[in-house]
Amino acid sequence: MAEIAAITERQQALKKKTKLGRLLKQWDLQLMVIPALLLILVFSYFPMYGVLMAFQDYNIFKGFLDSPWAGFKHFEMFFHAPEFYKVMRNTIVISFLKLVIGFPAPIVLALMLNEVKNMYFKRIVQTVSYLPHFLSWVIVSGFAISILSTENGSLNILLQSLRLIDEPIGFLSIPEYFWTIIVTTGVWKEIGFGSIVYLAAIAGIDPSMYEAASIDGASRFKQIFLITIPTIMPVVIIFMILAIGNLLSAGFEDLLLLGVNPVLKPVADVLDTYVYRTGISGQRFSYATAVGLFKAIISVGLLTFANLLARRTGNSLW
Amino acid sequence: MKIKASFGDRSLTLFIYAALVIIAFTTFYPFWNAAVVSLNKGMDTALGGITFWPRAFTLENYEVVFQDKRILEAFYISVMRTVIGTIASILMTAIFAYGMTKRELMGRKFYMIACIITMYFSGGLIPTFLVIRGLGLMDSFWVFIIPGLISVWNMIIFRTFFNGLPAGLEESAKIDGCGYWSTFFRIVLPLSGPVIATLALFTAVGHWNDWFYPSIYITKEKLIPIQTMLQQILNSNIMSEQMSQLDSASQSRLSSMKSITSKSLSMATMMVATLPIIMVYPFVQKYFVKGVLVGSLKE
Repeated sequence: MAEIAAITERQQALKKKTKLGRLLKQWDLQLMVIPALLLILVFSYFPMYGVLMAFQDYNIFKGFLDSPWAGFKHFEMFFHAPEFYKVMRNTIVISFLKLVIGFPAPIVLALMLNEVKNMYFKRIVQTVSYLPHFLSWVIVSGFAISILSTENGSLNILLQSLRLIDEPIGFLSIPEYFWTIIVTTGVWKEIGFGSIVYLAAIAGIDPSMYEAASIDGASRFKQIFLITIPTIMPVVIIFMILAIGNLLSAGFEDLLLLGVNPVLKPVADVLDTYVYRTGISGQRFSYATAVGLFKAIISVGLLTFANLLARRTGNSLW
Repeated sequence: MKIKASFGDRSLTLFIYAALVIIAFTTFYPFWNAAVVSLNKGMDTALGGITFWPRAFTLENYEVVFQDKRILEAFYISVMRTVIGTIASILMTAIFAYGMTKRELMGRKFYMIACIITMYFSGGLIPTFLVIRGLGLMDSFWVFIIPGLISVWNMIIFRTFFNGLPAGLEESAKIDGCGYWSTFFRIVLPLSGPVIATLALFTAVGHWNDWFYPSIYITKEKLIPIQTMLQQILNSNIMSEQMSQLDSASQSRLSSMKSITSKSLSMATMMVATLPIIMVYPFVQKYFVKGVLVGSLKE
């Protein structure tokens, strides 16, 4: 028995040696991937490990390793915070509005573009509508601020010339308008770019299906509903799952930039901006990390749930 | 034989064309209006009514913008970070991806899993902020470059592309005595033009448009990129508009002293920050449509 053990040990040692030898022999190949992996370790895995500070009383001077543990204190604090209700409500309402309006909008645009037979016109509409995706939120918010401004704001000019209002309205300082503005600017920015995938899916449809349908007397409207939409449904469902997984990401840059006015705080504060405000501006690192972790956990739950629903229909993500 | 379109079909077509014209106009108008306001005398704009055409044409807003040393510096920082950041990131990621295509790479499976995990989980804003601060990257130009060097997403796209290259090419290079590195630089990289163009485009746009991270990592004014500076200008603009609502008399007295207003100035700055994107946009369109499809097919 002992002999066999000794032999296997030796074999393993040999194997280890050759493994190390192999590793050393391919040092030039390893050199291609190791710097990148180190960067991933530092910039992705260190922060992931750092999430544990949600359960600490993080102290800048003591650092991550020496800060005392605090259990679920910060989570409880958040649940009992006076902002909790408003932040949760804003997050859910804004992302729900964005889902209900912002999700179908690119699909409708793609369906409409598909009906256009004049290629020149189609190309122009596509080119123009893709452009805002490439602008930063700063620029887009700048446009929105300018159009909605009381000082030569085009919307006010339009409404005044239609005699709908007498005095210019400061749209960005009235809480009632804020959600509409946020959803509209989001749709404005992404509707064209979002339609690309759906257009590609539509392009894959066999044209003979439409021919057969029109011989059978189906109107164009009917063809859209009976051929185009059912064929692109799998793509729609995949994107739907991803969108539901993001349901707690109500937006961040847009809310930060358009919700500058303190009057808007009760309607503009969502989980992500709250994390930013308490964590970066307020330096309450552990607390903000706990709020962020809370959001991440619920998001994973939502994604799993959406995928479960999709699996029932036979279109699962994993 | 041409089948005559029914009434329903014709009205549907009409409706669709009308809707698309409205969408295109609504998308285009804010650009046009911002350009017009930036070319109009600020004081004149304050009187209202500037929509499609400048009433009092002037270039003085741009003169002020181009004389402002801070804006020029910010523009320079943006250009530098976009150029350096894009080249470095695409090169590092491509090398990484090429190494990951090799079957003989030891630990390949483990490396791949480690990469994929980062696509689903992240430390979030605060821990990342603390790591970057702990590394001493705050208030350094390298904070724009180093954290974004490797994109796992781009690595996977590169890897898929490299796997599709004919194996014979690399084998003949190997026989000619090329190692991994020289094969990559002499054979693989020159063949990867389209995928490099697509990924470089998105990386560059991301660099150019980034305003948030500089706003938390950079406090030195000299290192602020143009987008972040524009955000600060717009921010102060909103504040001044609010002030004007409180006290319109003093505000109008203030603006009557100069023909340039903060609004006309911020519109000119906005145009300067937008122009590079609009200028390269027509040339890169074919690449990004391809890029989106590559990305979505992976899902």
